[in-house]
Amino acid sequence: MFPNAFEYVAPASLEEAVQALVRYGDDAKVLAGGQSLLPIMKLRVAAPAVLVDINRIPELAGFREDGQELWVGALTRHATLEWDQDLVPRYPLLGETAGSIADPLVRNRGTIAGSLAHADPAADWGAALLALRGAVTVRGSRGDRRIAIDDLFLDVLTTNLEPDEIITGVHVPRPTGHVAAASLKLERKVGDFAVVGVALHVETGASGAIAQAGIGLAAVGPTSLRAREAETLLVGQQLTPGLIREAADLAAKAADPASDQRGSADYKRDIVRVFVERGLGAVRDRLTGIRAESA
Amino acid sequence: MRIAVTINGKPMSADVEPRTLLAYLIRDEFNLTGTHVGCDTTSCGACTVLMDGTPVKSCTVLAVQADGTEVMTVEGLEHNGQLHPLQQGFWESHGLQCGFCTPGMLMTTYALLQRNPDPSETTIRRAISGNLCRCTGYQNIVTAVQYAAPLVREARTLTTEVGE
Ligand SMILES: Cc1cc2nc3c(=O)[nH]c(=O)nc-3n(C[C@H](O)[C@H](O)[C@H](O)COP(=O)(O)OP(=O)(O)OC[C@H]3O[C@@H](n4cnc5c(N)ncnc54)[C@H](O)[C@@H]3O)c2cc1C
Ligand code: FES
Ligand code: FES
Repeated sequence: MFPNAFEYVAPASLEEAVQALVRYGDDAKVLAGGQSLLPIMKLRVAAPAVLVDINRIPELAGFREDGQELWVGALTRHATLEWDQDLVPRYPLLGETAGSIADPLVRNRGTIAGSLAHADPAADWGAALLALRGAVTVRGSRGDRRIAIDDLFLDVLTTNLEPDEIITGVHVPRPTGHVAAASLKLERKVGDFAVVGVALHVETGASGAIAQAGIGLAAVGPTSLRAREAETLLVGQQLTPGLIREAADLAAKAADPASDQRGSADYKRDIVRVFVERGLGAVRDRLTGIRAESA
Repeated sequence: MRIAVTINGKPMSADVEPRTLLAYLIRDEFNLTGTHVGCDTTSCGACTVLMDGTPVKSCTVLAVQADGTEVMTVEGLEHNGQLHPLQQGFWESHGLQCGFCTPGMLMTTYALLQRNPDPSETTIRRAISGNLCRCTGYQNIVTAVQYAAPLVREARTLTTEVGE
């Protein structure tokens, strides 16, 4: 299986990459890990005339903590976020999410920014970064702009990126207090896209009350979703079984799934409820463990 | 496009169309047919090769993306007529039946043992979760990797001692 013929450019700098996108306009596509783009090109679902390979641009690689946030370069592979010993303990949702994407071979190539740019509502990074209150920085012909993940996804496979814009990095706020996370995914087989996915991120302050709560949902709407009312309910509270049940009910209401061969809308909505309840239970146990250790 | 790739330690070059996939460069241009194409849809892992040491599905990487990299295929495992411990393990433990998945399994588990020469069973199973086998039921593949692990560790100790 071969894609349609295309022209290939592999610029060594972001400047040149943006220039190439400006020159070729809608005919061009950015190539990152290629784990979504190349399969759909081989199926001839997509047939861009030009591929702008960003893998040789050094400024898109790596990650670092700047002031109040973590910056993850666009080219960071899922596998790096799954295994990095500095990151995973402090950003548990990044590690949990990365490890549930596809399989180890796809994770060695696929990138966090490629996943966000692809905007598949069933993808795992969208839900996780909504829960984490993430953002992306993009570079285009009109310079840099920052887009909150909340504003990134417009519809199925549609973001508010302009054709000449490249995501250069992903920003995640640095957790302040104790932090625990859970990522739950219903899949038909290991490594598949989610039938329903739930990403949970909770930070607690000194009193043990919740300071930050993030609940991201995958595959239950035209874009990744955030269960805002459930999050608001949690903030300032202690995670009790009653509160967890209430939050799970609210999160299920935020879901907007469609019936398909993988399940009815009612079934998927109920899975959201069950996953939020289970996930917050796990988060509570983890936080109890962390507090016991630090005491 | 003219590209230069080091394959199994040997510098090679080829003229390829940008749409040529790495798997086909390896098989059709370099005649290294040990790398198999199973699904051609990024699902099975039969086409796994190492690119700069990292296992990737070569049906989902462009040949032009491999320009300047070091690629290792299953043909690179054997040294001076001596099978790699993993190949011995697959032989001894009956880690293959039809053999179609084997090159991919070998490359994935080779990379695993490079990183972690003492993996638990769970670690092995997790590492091969992107490589599908329709014959063995995986048990003997896991056993083959467990057979190879101590041999790889031993070989490492020997090289370090010689090096010292
Ligand atoms: C078998 C298989 C199973 C999978 N399972 C899952 C799963 O369970 N969960 C999941 O979330 N994903 C899954 N994926 C998708 C995988 O995570 C991809 O890696 C990811 O969606 C795309 O990232 P990429 O770097 O490969 O992007 P590419 O394929 O290179 O690009 C994807 C799209 O994003 C654009 N793009 C890429 N990078 C940028 C950038 N920096 N700026 C602007 N635009 C950009 C491209 O132009 C293209 O339109 C699976 C893929 C496969 C093949
Ligand atoms: S042939 Fe490449 S994954 Fe199946
Ligand atoms: S031995 Fe036949 S597919 Fe694995």
